[in-house]
Amino acid sequence: MDKRRVVITGMGVVSPLGSDLETIWKRLTTGYSGARMITRFDASNMPTHFACEVIEFDVDAFIPKKEQRRMDAFCHYAVAAAKMAMKDSGLDLAQEDLFRCGCTVSSGIGGLQTLETQHSILRDKGPDRCSPFMIPQMIINMCAGLIAIDMKFKGPNFGVVSACATAAHSIGEAQRLIERGDADVMLAGGTEATICPLGIGGFSAMRALSTRNDDPTKASRPFDKDRDGFVMGEGSAVVVLEDLEHARKRGARIWCEVAGFGMTCDANHITAPAEGGEGAARAMVMAMKDAGVTPADIDYINAHGTSTELNDKFETAAIKTAMGPDRAYKVMVSSSKSMTGHLLGAAAGMETVVCALSMAKGVVTPTINYTTPDPECDLDYVPNTPRDFKIRACLNNSLGFGGHNASLCLKRVD
Amino acid sequence: MALEDKVRDIIVEQLGVNADQVKPEASFIEDLGADSLDTVELVMAFEEEFGQEIPDQDAEKLTTVGAVIEYLKGKNIGD
Repeated sequence: MDKRRVVITGMGVVSPLGSDLETIWKRLTTGYSGARMITRFDASNMPTHFACEVIEFDVDAFIPKKEQRRMDAFCHYAVAAAKMAMKDSGLDLAQEDLFRCGCTVSSGIGGLQTLETQHSILRDKGPDRCSPFMIPQMIINMCAGLIAIDMKFKGPNFGVVSACATAAHSIGEAQRLIERGDADVMLAGGTEATICPLGIGGFSAMRALSTRNDDPTKASRPFDKDRDGFVMGEGSAVVVLEDLEHARKRGARIWCEVAGFGMTCDANHITAPAEGGEGAARAMVMAMKDAGVTPADIDYINAHGTSTELNDKFETAAIKTAMGPDRAYKVMVSSSKSMTGHLLGAAAGMETVVCALSMAKGVVTPTINYTTPDPECDLDYVPNTPRDFKIRACLNNSLGFGGHNASLCLKRVD
Repeated sequence: MALEDKVRDIIVEQLGVNADQVKPEASFIEDLGADSLDTVELVMAFEEEFGQEIPDQDAEKLTTVGAVIEYLKGKNIGD
């Protein structure tokens, strides 16, 4: 029997570029940077004073007040994005077998803001004042749990965790659950809300964040020689994955196919990528093989492209290994993080949405802030301006601390 | 503000219910939609507001709005 094919039929996003698809698309194609001075807390004593905060998001429109109080922000974003994705899919849940609907939406870090607040309470007032909601509020799997409660999805449900590759593993695993017949509909993607003192402080201590405090909108500059670290983002991106036949039967609008998934580990270092990006290259090769395509079929790669020294250099090397020395220079490569910042566990969700929109609209989104070439990063990064192109198939790369590499192969469905 | 009003406001805030639902005979779980975690948090909110420790063995009996008000009055709160 042929493998079941899996397609994206709905998308929902809460992001630094806005919280509806049309607005986000407009900003992605006009070179808008989501970076700004941090408004959530006083960051003046931090090495980095800016981030890409979620904008144009009204949590009250999605979650009743009482439920909001028992959720961390990472779950606010995820539940809202899931609701928008379901609406976008046009699925009528009254017609669905809810035992065959599941969710793997997850987060890289989870309820850091809750941990921060509750630790202060523990220190200042004692253990008797810690909230009974602290644990359910901060555990990572709760976003999938809450989405299931909201949608009454009784099928497969768990949290996939792989730092900045989380949403890629979430989408890849969900694709496989449908492919092997365990579910017909899955909500997958990621969410993150770590723009808080512990989040900025922790990543700053690693020297991972850009400190371009005098010019935040120019700070995220993937593959540019003057890059100096990533810009923290936040938000959630959730997609509805569906068995192709199931989607066709109900006449659904199909954004694209999740045709292949590859995952590997560097098994090398807790945070630094392997020399030459060998693990990332293997993930890309696996994703193409799984999708039944070759490098010649890939028109575009949505890079992990964080704007850190090591990621961009080694990811470039990985692309050369995976695509071959000739094709690597012909394929278009861009980093959405130049505009959105790094959404950590939600990044691959956001970037899957970017790929799907790009395929639907026939436009490749650019890498902004690209001004000074780096001899070690010499591919076609679609610098600064979008490009009209009908993508047939693309790769979406994600690399996470821990050496986790994941690559999704997405195909246009005509 | 009278004790009854303070108690009502806390319940409205914590449980997200309307003030007119907060009647003396209303049960937190049966009538006001609380679960076991809500009731723990509610008792903590009363402790904070009134500066009165409420031991677990007492808290277990505080299942209705009226029971809370009587309990606090018994501790000479709100006089």
